[in-house]
Order: sequence, then C-alpha cells, then structure tokens
Amino acid sequence: MKHLLGVIGQPRAMLEELLQLSDSFAEVNARAIPKVPALRGRTVATLFFEDSTRTRLSFETAAKRLSADTLSFSVSSSSVKKGETLRDTALTLQAMRIDAIVVRHASSGAPWQLARWLDCSVINAGDGWHEHPTQALLDCYTLRRHFGSLDGLRIAIVGDIKHSRVARSDVWAFTALGAEVTLVAPRTLLPPSLEGWPVQVSEDLDRVLGSSDVVYLLRMQRERQHEALVPSLREYTARFGLTRDRAERLADRAVVLHPGPMNRGVEIAPEVADLDRCLVLDQVANGVTVRMAVLYKLLAGSAADPHDAVGDEAWGPIRSGGSDG
Amino acid sequence: MADLHTFVLKGASVLDASGRRSADVLVRDGFVAAVGEGLDAPRVLDAAGCIITPGLVDLNAGLGEPGAEEAETVHSAARAAALGGYTTIVGRADTDPVVDSAASVRELRALAEGAACRVLPSASITVGARGERLTPMAELAALGVRLFADDGVGIHDARLLRRAFEYAAGLGVVICQFAQEPSLAAGGHLHEGPWSARLGIGGIPAEAEEVVVMRDLALARLTGAQLHFRTLSTAASLAMVHSARRRGLPVTAEVAMANLLLVDEDCAGFDPATKFRPPLRSAEDRRALVGRLAAGELDAVVSAHTPHSVQDKEVPFDEAAPGASMLQWTLALGLSELTLGEGGPQANAVGLAELIGALSWKPASILHGTVPAGTALTYGVIESGAAADLAVIDPTATWILDPAAGASRSRTTPFAGRSLRGRVRHTIVGGEPMVLDGVAQR
Amino acid sequence: MAATPDESRTGPPTPPDGGVFSAPTQVMDAGDVSRALRRMAHEITERNHGVERVVLVGLVTGGVVLAEELAARLAEIEPAAPPVGRLDVSFYRDDIALRRVMPHAVTDIPVELTGRVVVLVDDVLFTGRTVRAALDALNDHGRPKAVQLAVLVDRGHRELPIRPDFVGKNLPTSREEDVRAGLDGVQLRRRTTGVAGDRGAVTGSEAR
Repeated sequence: MKHLLGVIGQPRAMLEELLQLSDSFAEVNARAIPKVPALRGRTVATLFFEDSTRTRLSFETAAKRLSADTLSFSVSSSSVKKGETLRDTALTLQAMRIDAIVVRHASSGAPWQLARWLDCSVINAGDGWHEHPTQALLDCYTLRRHFGSLDGLRIAIVGDIKHSRVARSDVWAFTALGAEVTLVAPRTLLPPSLEGWPVQVSEDLDRVLGSSDVVYLLRMQRERQHEALVPSLREYTARFGLTRDRAERLADRAVVLHPGPMNRGVEIAPEVADLDRCLVLDQVANGVTVRMAVLYKLLAGSAADPHDAVGDEAWGPIRSGGSDG
Repeated sequence: MADLHTFVLKGASVLDASGRRSADVLVRDGFVAAVGEGLDAPRVLDAAGCIITPGLVDLNAGLGEPGAEEAETVHSAARAAALGGYTTIVGRADTDPVVDSAASVRELRALAEGAACRVLPSASITVGARGERLTPMAELAALGVRLFADDGVGIHDARLLRRAFEYAAGLGVVICQFAQEPSLAAGGHLHEGPWSARLGIGGIPAEAEEVVVMRDLALARLTGAQLHFRTLSTAASLAMVHSARRRGLPVTAEVAMANLLLVDEDCAGFDPATKFRPPLRSAEDRRALVGRLAAGELDAVVSAHTPHSVQDKEVPFDEAAPGASMLQWTLALGLSELTLGEGGPQANAVGLAELIGALSWKPASILHGTVPAGTALTYGVIESGAAADLAVIDPTATWILDPAAGASRSRTTPFAGRSLRGRVRHTIVGGEPMVLDGVAQR
Repeated sequence: MAATPDESRTGPPTPPDGGVFSAPTQVMDAGDVSRALRRMAHEITERNHGVERVVLVGLVTGGVVLAEELAARLAEIEPAAPPVGRLDVSFYRDDIALRRVMPHAVTDIPVELTGRVVVLVDDVLFTGRTVRAALDALNDHGRPKAVQLAVLVDRGHRELPIRPDFVGKNLPTSREEDVRAGLDGVQLRRRTTGVAGDRGAVTGSEAR
C-alpha cells in the first residue's frame, strides 16, 4: 500500500487492518508522553490548496507523534491561478525529498493525479466533493470503539450529501464494515444518481430517527440557500436539523456524529451538541490516532511484511521426546 | 514539370457516394481524369490493397492560430489533418481574437496559404461571440464563409437567434448552434449521471443539450433557416433532429468522434485528457450515436480537434480545458474501433461506407456553398472531372497511436497507446500529393 | 503461534533470503521447556529476593506466552504472581527503513513501572536489536529501578552489548540456522543452499 487515496471500493480487510493498527496508536496517545520514534527521519508535507486548519493540524500532530518531520505548504488558490500547474507544485515539493504528501484540494480527483506524477506516498486529506478517506476511517474507528463493531449498525447520514466528500467516503466505509446506511436529505441535496450506492434514501428524518443507532449530521453550508437548493436555513433546520425535540426521540443507545465544524442552530441544536451521546470530540481525538496508523502503514518500511515472508507454516510439527541435539 | 501533376493511383478499390468498385484513378492537373481498370501514367503511386475515397472534410477543427500558437498553428493543424486523410478542414471561429470580421477572415486565408490541406474559415454569429450584435454576415459570406457559429458558447437569447436565422436565410449560409443551456450546465464538467455522482464532479445533464435542440428546432421552423447543430452527444438530441428532418426542416447535426468512442466512465481516473465538451455521455447514449452512424443517419462526424498546450491538462479535472488533439487520428480511430475488423463480428459495427460518408461527402454537402466560384467541383463521387481531393487508405495497416509522433503541436489525447488498424497512405489535395506513403510533403 | 504443518505446501520451505531450509531438528520438547521455565522462575525470585516489586513484560509476540507461563510458575513458589504486561516494539526498531514491521498486539503495561524491577521476557535472543528497541520502548512507560532479561533460548551472534540474566538454554548456532522456540518445544533448521550474505536468518520476534 503506497497511497491512501480513497475508500470507495476498498475491501473490508484493508479497512479493518487500518482500524486494528489504530489500536496500537491509541495506546501511544494514552501515554504521558505520546510519542514514538517510528518514523524518525521521514518527512511528511501537508499540501493544502484549500484551508482546513483542523485537518492539517490533525495530520501534523499524527506525524509528529511518530517523530516524522513535518512541512506545511499552503497554496492560496490565487498563486496557483498565476500559471503554476498542479504538476509543477507537486514536483517542486518532491524535489525537497518528501516521503509523503498529505493533500487537500477543492477539485475532485486531484490526489489521484498527484499519485500518477509523484514517487512519494500521497494521502488524500479531502478532494472536492469526492473522498475524505481519513475522515471515514476516524468515523469508523469512533463507532467501533463505541459499539465494538459496525456490523448491523443502522446509520442515518443527514444533510448535504451531494456536495459532501465525507458522505461519499463514509457510505462506502460504513457499508464495507457491515453497517446499513440511510441517506436523509431533500432531493436537491442528493447526488443526481445513486445507482450502485449501497444505501437507502429517505426525505423524512422523523421516520428514520427512532430506528437509527447513529445519526451522522453533515455541515450545512450557508451558500446552499442562495443556490436554491433549500428555500432557507430555517426550513432546512425544521425538516433535517437535530433539534432538542428530535434528540429526545433518539434510541437509548444512539449516538450523534458530525465531521465538524458544527453549525450550531442549523443542523444541530446547541444543547444537543453538548450531549454525551454526541461523539464529536472523540472523533477529533481518534482523527490523530487513525492518521498515525495511516502514516505508519504507508511509510514504515518499503519491502514486504517480513511476517508474511517467514511463515510459521514453514516449520514441521513438534515431535515429543526429541533429542537435545 | 507537367508530368508531376499527372499520376495514377494503382491497385486500389474506390469507395465513394456511388458505391465501391475496383479501379485505378488517373489524376491530371488537379482533377480526376479517368477512373477504370488498367490505367497507366509515367508516375505511379502505389495503392495496392488500399481504398481510395473522396478526401475527408472536417467541419469542426480548432486551429489555435491566432492566439494559441504554442498549442497549434494553421500549418501544423493542416499537416495533421492531411496525415489523417482530410483534404478540407473548416477552422472554428473560437480563436483569440474570434473570427468575426472581414479582416480576421482575410488573415486566416493568408495563414492558410501553402498549408497541407484546404483550410476554410468559419465565423462567429455575434461579434466576439458575446451574444450581443450580429457579425457582418453578408460581407463574410462574400469572402466565402459558409458556417457561422458561436462555438463553445452558443446563442442563448432566443430573439437574437431568431434574428440570426432570419438574416442568414437570405444569404445561403448555415447557422451552427452549440447546444448547451448554460444555467443547467453551470458548474458541470462531466455527464450528469452515476459517474459524476460517484466521482463528486459537477454534472452536465443530457437535458442541458436537449432543451436547446428542442427550442432551436422550433425557431428553425419559424424562420425556415438552415440550422446545423455542433457536436450533439445524446440519444434524444439526435432523435429530435432526425424526426425534424423527416418533417422537412433543413436541419443537420454533427457528432464528435470522441463521443462515438468514449463514455463518462472513462473519466473515472480523473485524467483531464478525457474531458470533452460536450462531455462524454452514458454508454446508452454512445450506443445510440453509433447506431445512428451505422444506419447512415449521421450528417457528419467531426474531429472537434481542440489544441491545448500541455499545461492546460496538468491541472485538476474541473480546471482543465476540454477537448483533445484529434485531426490526425479521427479516421484511424473510427476504422479501428467502429468498423468491422478482420477479427470477426462486433456488435453495432459500422459499415465502411457509412463511416467514410460521415467523414467525407456528407459534411462536404453541408459545406457545398464554400466552393470558390468558377471551379467545377463535385463532391462525393470520384469520376472524371471531379476535383482530385482524395484519401488513399490502407485498411489493414496496424500501428500504435503515439501523440509525440503526430504532426499537431498539441499532443493531449486520451487515446495514446491505442492499437490502430487502418492508416492513410496518400492524401491528394487539388491533384497534389500532400501525403505520400504516410509522410507529409509540407 | 502454534506451529501448524501446512499439508498443502509442496517442497521444502523457502527462507526469506532465498535458498532452502533443511527439515527441523528437535532441540527441546515441551517437557524440557517446562523444566527450563521452572528453573528460570526460581532464579528470578532468588535474584530479586521475591517478586513483590517484579513486573514481567513479554515481548510481542513470542515472549508474551512465556511471560504468562513464568508468572504461573512464580505463583507456585511465591505468595502472589507478579503482574504481567506485553510490549510491542515495532515502533522502536532501528530497521524500520529497511523492512515493514507491523505491530501484532497492542502494548499493555498494567502497572506503573517507576521503581519496579522489569523482567523482559522473549523467546529467542539473537542479535539483541529487539531488546534494544524494548529498552527504548520501556523508557516511554516510566523509569524502572532495574531491567532484567529472560530468554528461553540464547543462540548467540550478538550485535549489541546485551546479555541475558536468565536463560532457558544456550544453543550455539550458525547464522544460517533458524530457531523457533515456544511452550511446545524448540526447533532448529538449517539453510542448505543459497546463503544470503550477512543478513542472517530472521526468526520469531528476534528479527534483525
């Protein structure tokens, strides 16, 4: 595994391996000094074409806890518009002998293009409306820690699915791990086609609410009302917001997730955001953990796993009473 | 020297609008002098096993010049075209500046002097293709401009389009519409459907094209003007055009080769080379387009050649400029991917005559009025007295598409590395071999 | 970790560096291992005057089960068994750039180590690099009063100044040999062809 570009279509085993690896880093993060020398001498660059302080800090923290050097490269869209192509920018970074590039880009697919041009590892930290694989991993990890497993969990993803890379990655990761996903949104906020998506769809949050183990709220961008996708934020909140009233009708064991930053009062009522069942802060903490696992998986060593090379099956059976030769 | 202008193409079969037959073709002083068995001349061009067809005619070729000479010039485009079997290409007016005045038409004519094939200008419908004032169409028509188009933009104001139709109808020129409703296509870079949804890229619905086709057919009926649709891409668009023509409307439509070969799923790797305008459509749309071609119902297949410099495609998919370098490869791609090969049966295979017709004599007939006055050219039939604009195609030659080996300055293509079957051996333009044994002579 | 013969496998096993291994030779059987562990338990309690302050820490993976077994033996001769932890040293290896080393189990140190005597337990002691990594890892969990090392087999070929405090069996080997040690016994096998330079064999958790 050289790159982490997306989770769509990834096999369950790959996701589970990363989640299991995350357990080791959760132990590291629980220590008084949460740092190991695993990636000493490696350099991880964050290349953000779109501002996201939260995600960038999470990756940089993860890299530092693995003792990697970090380098932050923020590219304002204006300087790119001056004529430097995506490829130029990438090759410039590569010339600095980077081992991994963590890239955030407003254009879907940009990390795939970088991976074609570069020799180093590429980690997708969110591309356009397309994918946000480490968010999906941290969401899965959060749910796995809370429920033990995602198998059979009923998850409602509520809000602007159409423009959400989080939703796209989550749908495929959740279902690959055995959960059932229902998308809850007005038709205007759904992708134009859901052909091939392993989901159910509802326009009625109240009908889905009581039977959901997880309510995953997406951020509602204010611009959407100007694009006539919703008449007003007020109407959106009335139909799809997790209001106090709706929160009371959640199942006892249900939890609430949100990729942050939250629009309190729009997709989530302020009081609901502070409930114990709202796992937003767990998600943030787990974000560092799973990103450590991803960095370690991609950057620790390059040859095949020696545990694969030296299989125990190469040994014969133990014979009792053998000589002490 | 006169001998150089007399030669015979030997050993081929002739395929034209009248059918296919085994014959040699004698060319003298720019015209076909004789067609028949056992012709001879001191100069013989070997055409053994080849097919001689009327030269290909492209109604939709981006020239790059003026404005983007680093990506293409008139001469490099013409050389690529000649190597691709074209004897006439019509340059799109979407250059920088736009071809919208007598001066810019004359400039293009001057640039085309000495090019490897005939390069004819088209002009925009409105000044600067800004959709405000009409260009001096009568003056431009007098300079030989036959096709008018606001390429890549289209005319959205229905009243303005009506006026353009009415004004053009009296001049015997053709209004070409680029059919895409901008408000429905806004923010789109890919056919709207399962793949745009999956890839998280804004979609351009088929209906963005179809609503324009629907409206413009009504306006064409209202005005009686000749209407030609640029690069239609959906099954429903072509069905509407087809039924309008059966009702007697003077309407034609072209389809870009890329839309006959590729579909939206081909964009799944986010390779900007697969970005086209109109977008690559669904597999069903592609099947319908190929079906129309096979049934002889397409008026023209165009290259929609769009030169780009490399950096135009080294950006993310949604920022990349649409289109590809096509002139040199269009015929070979069509022969390889659409017609029945030696390899056996193939679903929806297109007949050779249908493919060549849509690349040659059918677009030529749309362009018919651009023949310079005083010449007695007939299009589509290779017979004594016809202009010697000929393509000699070796249908069995196999080769690999290598953009770096192409004559075009622009090398962006999603087809790099494809195995091709069928290659142009000679291209004769006005009786002069511009391509001999696959080598451009200019 | 049970050694399961793979019947579907045809031909001799292939070492990671190429070449072919000979059939394994039995060096200790389960009874021998059991006796060695009992002796080591006695040595541990004797050296530390009991086990009140002792923590056994098994190195993942081969040392974990041995540490548990040692704790059980100590419980037979002492009032209470010492606490047992496990340590995965993957993140501390000095050869991460050369080879991918994935953690096999989550580190679990059940008690505060500061002021205690930590007995590191592993199956085979070879180059000493795993133990070096373990000493680094321990550092991040506190400051023990002393660290001691118990191994079931010491096969020699140290590359670092490290020596064991408690040894089940000293087993002279060549670099071309490979050792496997567990509760069910100890086996030795030899690379018969295609010796790969100075990399040596890789065995158990004692990967170089």
